[in-house]
Amino acid sequence: MYNETVMDHFTNPRNVGVLEDADVVAETSSPGCGDITKIYLKIRDNRIVDVKFQTLGCAAAIASSSMATELVKGKTLEEAWTLTRTDVADALGGLPEPKLHCSVLAEDAIRTAINQYRIDRGLAPW
Amino acid sequence: MNGSSAQKRQVYMDHAATTPTHPDVLAAMLPYFTQEFGNPSSLYSIGRRVRKAVEGAREQVAAALGAAPAEIFFCAGGTEADNWALKGAVSAHRSRGSHIITTAIEHHAVLHTCEYLETQGVRVTYLPVDRYGLVDPHAVEDAICDDTIMISVMMANNEAGTIEPVGAIGTIAREHGILFHTDAVQAIGHLPIDVEAMHIDLLSLSAHKFHGPKGIGALYVRDGVAIERFVHGGAQEKRRRAGTEYTPGIIGLGAAIERACTDIEGHAARLRRLRDRLIDGVLREVPHSALNGHPELRLPGNASMSFAGIDGEALLLMLDAQGIYGSTGSACSSASGEPSHVLTAMGVPPRLAGTSLRLTLGEVNTDEDVDYVLAVLPGIVERLRAMSPLSA
Ligand SMILES: Cc1ncc(COP(=O)(O)O)c(C=O)c1O
Ligand SMILES: [Zn+2]
Repeated sequence: MYNETVMDHFTNPRNVGVLEDADVVAETSSPGCGDITKIYLKIRDNRIVDVKFQTLGCAAAIASSSMATELVKGKTLEEAWTLTRTDVADALGGLPEPKLHCSVLAEDAIRTAINQYRIDRGLAPW
Repeated sequence: MNGSSAQKRQVYMDHAATTPTHPDVLAAMLPYFTQEFGNPSSLYSIGRRVRKAVEGAREQVAAALGAAPAEIFFCAGGTEADNWALKGAVSAHRSRGSHIITTAIEHHAVLHTCEYLETQGVRVTYLPVDRYGLVDPHAVEDAICDDTIMISVMMANNEAGTIEPVGAIGTIAREHGILFHTDAVQAIGHLPIDVEAMHIDLLSLSAHKFHGPKGIGALYVRDGVAIERFVHGGAQEKRRRAGTEYTPGIIGLGAAIERACTDIEGHAARLRRLRDRLIDGVLREVPHSALNGHPELRLPGNASMSFAGIDGEALLLMLDAQGIYGSTGSACSSASGEPSHVLTAMGVPPRLAGTSLRLTLGEVNTDEDVDYVLAVLPGIVERLRAMSPLSA
């Protein structure tokens, strides 16, 4: 059901864990299946210099978090903001249709984190 | 054992999903594909020989249930048998009423058929179960109305493994003159069955759950019970189920059920010992793990457990990577996106139901298999929990 890239990111997730010196942390959960993803961002000069995630969820949710964190690492906040669930699913080489909702979490968590970072600095959220 | 061969160990623990066809069963089937290929309805000798073999298989199935051969009707498996029992009984007894009593934990083959029948004007009562998955026979009796025509309660549940009080329910049905159907798909070879003592009127079974081939099963229909035909066509199965018989499958079903029902108690005792070692070991080694279903009234091979704080699908796939095959009630892995209807009916919160793993043992499993699962599973749960935002 899952392709090799998904299975690789699921069994060897990149950037998994806690970022002790994160500048912002955000958590989102899926009301449907109960998957939860937490994103930690370290930001320097408007750029994501480090990122970690924790996910409680299925293989698709874990692999999506892993891939999403890879995709935003080193990016400016503007670039990271444009990341979509389709980008994540495409980078994973596709997800089964019923699993697409599981790839939303990482994107949501990253956007929530970016907005929180902006609010913390007195900026209007995007 | 060196590292690489240790990694290649394969432990199949999903016998409730399906079982491998036993080599002896396959050997019994094979001639009926090539040499003994005749149509059992043909009058010449190769047809007559196959007819004789088909009738022999019917006797084998009947013997396993305490039934008469004329009460056994071959069909395409458990799903068809359940569909036929419900739809066929409703059509034949419509003049008497249009109410069915069943339970919230039936297999989808029963539940979705009942939902279909509701669109056709049938009223259906879905009885609740307790936290162990048990149906209360008193609740069955209380649900009976003047127009109740049928009660359908499974003999044992496929997910939680709970064994239902089918004998008591059958007695109630008989006292009220109501048909009693039981889905015994998971029970064959694991529990002794006697359709007389249990007052069963209709019973569904499927060969692939007891080391027979897939796509073949049977419906037991008590002598004298009216049931509308389900598949229309030729005169096969005494005009009740049309279509040229799947003769190799029927022979395989007969051989498999005879094997499975020889020494049920010895087989069940062996499975129970392995299962209890597995359950005790997991509950001991994995913090915050819990057994689903009844501690004693459960199928001898069923170990269904929940692991708070992880997702069942993730667990299943991590086990798969280590050569261990099980199944889960996780919402994320089901086509509907809903967590197991069985576990939720038992009052397991949806989130916890999504963490469940079902391991079902069979005759091929050994103590070494159990040791291997006990060596691998706790570490995987720990690893998944460490990845979770709830861990810190
Ligand atoms: C309790 C129960 N009923 C019915 C079925 C369906 O049987 P089959 O796969 O032969 O259609 C199954 C198997 O999945 C089952 O476990
Ligand atoms: Zn998911």
